Amino acid sequence: MRTAAARAPIVRIVAVLAVSGCAAVSAGVRAATYGSADQQNFAQIERGRYLTRVADCAACHAGVDGTPFAGGRPIETPFGVLEASNITPDGATGIGHWSDEDFDAALREGRMPDGSRVYPAMPYPYYTKMSRADVLAIRAYLNTIPPVHHAVASNQLPFPYKMRSLMAVWDALYFKEGEFREDASKSPEWNRGAYLVEGPGHCGACHTPKTSLGGDELKHAYQGYALQGWFAPDITDNEATGLGRWSPTDVLEYLKRGHNKFSAASGPMGEEVLDSSSRWTEADLRAIAGYLKGLSSQTESSHPPAAGDPVMTAGAAIYWDACSACHKADGSGVPYLFPDIAHAPSVAAREPTTLIRVVLQGAETTATDEEPTAPQMPAFGWQLNDAQVAAVITYIRNSWSHAAPPVTEREVRSARASLALEH
Amino acid sequence: MTTKLPAKDVVIIGLGWTGSILAHELTEAGLDVIAIERGPWRNTATNFAPNYAQDELRYRIRHELFLQPAQTTFTFRNKMDQGALPIRNWGAFMPPNGVGGGGVHWNAETWRFLPSDFVLRSHLTQRYGSKFLPQDMTIQDWGVTYDELEPHYDRFEYLCGTSGTAGNLNGQIQAGGNPFEGPRSRPYPTPAQQQPFSHALFGKAAAELGYKPFPQPSGNLSQAYTNPLNVRMGPCTYCGFCEWFGCGNYSKASPQTTLLPVLLRKANFEARDLCEVTRINTDSTGKRATGVTFVDASGNEFEQPADLVILSAFTIFNVQLLLLSKIGTPYDPVSNKGVIGRNFTHQTISDVESFFDKSKFIFNPFIASGSIGMCIDEFNGDNFDHGPHGFVGGGYMGQVQTNGRPIQTAPIPPGTPKWGAKWKDAVRDNYLSALKPGTGVHGSMYSYRDVYVDLDPTYRDRFNRPLARITMDFHDNEIRQNAFLTDKFAEIFHAMGAQQVNKIYRKAPYDVTDYQTTHLCGGAIMGTDPRTSAVNRYSQSWDVTNLFVMGASNFPQNAGYNPTGTVAALAFWSAQAIRSRYIKNPGPLVHT
Repeated sequence: MRTAAARAPIVRIVAVLAVSGCAAVSAGVRAATYGSADQQNFAQIERGRYLTRVADCAACHAGVDGTPFAGGRPIETPFGVLEASNITPDGATGIGHWSDEDFDAALREGRMPDGSRVYPAMPYPYYTKMSRADVLAIRAYLNTIPPVHHAVASNQLPFPYKMRSLMAVWDALYFKEGEFREDASKSPEWNRGAYLVEGPGHCGACHTPKTSLGGDELKHAYQGYALQGWFAPDITDNEATGLGRWSPTDVLEYLKRGHNKFSAASGPMGEEVLDSSSRWTEADLRAIAGYLKGLSSQTESSHPPAAGDPVMTAGAAIYWDACSACHKADGSGVPYLFPDIAHAPSVAAREPTTLIRVVLQGAETTATDEEPTAPQMPAFGWQLNDAQVAAVITYIRNSWSHAAPPVTEREVRSARASLALEH
Repeated sequence: MTTKLPAKDVVIIGLGWTGSILAHELTEAGLDVIAIERGPWRNTATNFAPNYAQDELRYRIRHELFLQPAQTTFTFRNKMDQGALPIRNWGAFMPPNGVGGGGVHWNAETWRFLPSDFVLRSHLTQRYGSKFLPQDMTIQDWGVTYDELEPHYDRFEYLCGTSGTAGNLNGQIQAGGNPFEGPRSRPYPTPAQQQPFSHALFGKAAAELGYKPFPQPSGNLSQAYTNPLNVRMGPCTYCGFCEWFGCGNYSKASPQTTLLPVLLRKANFEARDLCEVTRINTDSTGKRATGVTFVDASGNEFEQPADLVILSAFTIFNVQLLLLSKIGTPYDPVSNKGVIGRNFTHQTISDVESFFDKSKFIFNPFIASGSIGMCIDEFNGDNFDHGPHGFVGGGYMGQVQTNGRPIQTAPIPPGTPKWGAKWKDAVRDNYLSALKPGTGVHGSMYSYRDVYVDLDPTYRDRFNRPLARITMDFHDNEIRQNAFLTDKFAEIFHAMGAQQVNKIYRKAPYDVTDYQTTHLCGGAIMGTDPRTSAVNRYSQSWDVTNLFVMGASNFPQNAGYNPTGTVAALAFWSAQAIRSRYIKNPGPLVHT
């Protein structure tokens, strides 16, 4: 294996084609390799391409005009907006000049080549579990994409968060560096699943609850978290709120097709399915399903509203009028078309963020090769007022097999405001 | 200034059923396809969501899903010696507009024509002698047979998930189905829809009278279905807002619910909505199409070059665009020469309204779907001996009441005042216990020398192009056919126990303000002789061989059924000929 020191000098003959106000695509002869990657190493590049999909680098590092990996897409965090960096092999504005060590340190240690700290919007607390070989395979793949000259000022955070030095404190609190260690007592498939979920798949980035400083609450790992106006649901094997009722095949189908007989992916998870998990190998998806099904969690039991509660009565009437045509009177829906809300665990999620949003605004589901239909949920925000939305969601969350805290009119009003919906 | 766009392999004019089918088939063949649609994009959850689609005023009365006559219309007259006037509010038919075309708002009654319908002139001449037909009746054989189309009917039904009961499986007559239908190679993909009370009662009475009633084949699905393209549909909820409406439940077969999800994922497919094709361009010989010219919503004009042009607009717009593009010889009824505009037809619809004892019969007419119904086919086509009756043609008839929508479902017995307290009392008393099928008697309309389409000499559209002019009247044959069928139909309602049966015959003159169906047919008909047909048996223009014309404009005359099944079968049949023969060897598929 060649070392970084053996890198060939970078020689590029560039024809610049402006494609937008801020980004330019370089095309032409590229004689350079970056890092140690051997551009003839087909196997490594292919592996890297796959891992780049698994790690879903494109999701954040897209250009604002959609140019892959050119950076600039704003990443909303509870602390302000970050712009994802340019990770094309452009020398001046991308990562073309980075050594393998630079790249590895950014992904696995959260450190930039100049020693400054990476913000954890970049999921290095998860990528740290990856093997160096996998990290360098991603690097090898990224070397093959067209360099794009596009400078990104990543740090758009307000004071004090804009001070990167603060991240040293954050890292001390929340960042546990270290590669994934296999558990010899478990099967290779379980270990593969664990590696993918905890490492490149970085499922916890959305699905693990966060502290007020944005660190993972590890004792509640994978039990769901609200972000970007959606609730990333519990993905442990919890019967009430998680994947307890789903077979491993149901989990696999959801990730592969975006749809299974219970539910459909929309919002950020829809993007994840589209850009990432629909393109994973079936073996990897099965490994993930097996690992997630092995995660247990306890839910605090919730008492449904009493029978005859006027909110439940109103909710039932609204459900019958507005929802039952598709989701059926018994909530069972139509497999792969209309979600089975009698059994979909996200219905009873700890926080009703997603349900409120979907009822107010509607939702698109994700079309995949296997499931091209992509049925959509229509918006009801123009038709139902806040109290009515609260009532029907409270009803759904406390019917059939579900028991969950009621939804208040105030929560709906707040969600409506944040969705900038008029009523 | 006209912007010339990069050339495509195929340009499709109109993205309704046939445009979508051809786009799918030709992109599957690897061709680069663009479809240009005059109307807007239409999408289930956005444009006909179940929480507002059931709006009778908006969609039925104000025709929101249809072409607005202010954009373009036709002129109409009954007789050749009359002046024609523009239609300013749709009446007898409803031209569709927008992505999905008529496939969005149709009832989804999914019939096959009879085998004898495709060889009509030779069949009737053989059975009754050539003198039996009226002298000015211009019916023709199609040039394609039922047996040739059977696999393509089958493809469409399986694309749509059609719900029905087979009557003839590979020549074996099946109980409960239509015994008169041509042999089908396999059963319907889904079982027939359940029938509400009045429809079931009609079936019972018809059976007691010796007929063989069967459920109408329906594209409103009896159960969830996944089609061969893996597109999923839901079960019909019997909401009764189907005809004129888009379906919000993904349960009515339409391009949106069967084909477009797959089509839109293809890299070699592109669609432009809100763009109106103004002409098909030809080269200096006039024998080869070079593409189309279209205008977008901002008034910008574009030229889209293409090697193959598929004309798949609504019937009369196909005819108009051929005339405006000077493709084929315009039909001249005086000399009986020319082809474009020839053999234009519609339908001969009539109805009976019946009133039952409200203490015994509660029909709940609002429980319905667009193609619900029990039908009989004894009086369709040539299923009965016309010899004693002195007319030809016929139709299916049935209790196909598709809704109980409040504005238009106001049943009042004859003699009731037209307004006031007595009118209100009558509506209230009869709403649940009166019956009025949508198109009870679904009669054929055969073609005549003086029923045709040409370009209007006076009225022009916003592009200063002449409007299409319809010259159409009922002929005695159809009026007699209708009287016979309507009487037979009324007998069944008497047998059901109706206290009062009001026959509403179809009468001449043809009334362009009174809704029948949107089944305009002909004008660019298929056949075996270029002197009497616009396209050959593969729907390929005789004159411009890289132009194929889809749709009911191909029908040489209209049968006693809804046309969409046949329209779609012809599209698949034509697509197969293009894929298997034309692409390899462009040129005429039929030599004369």
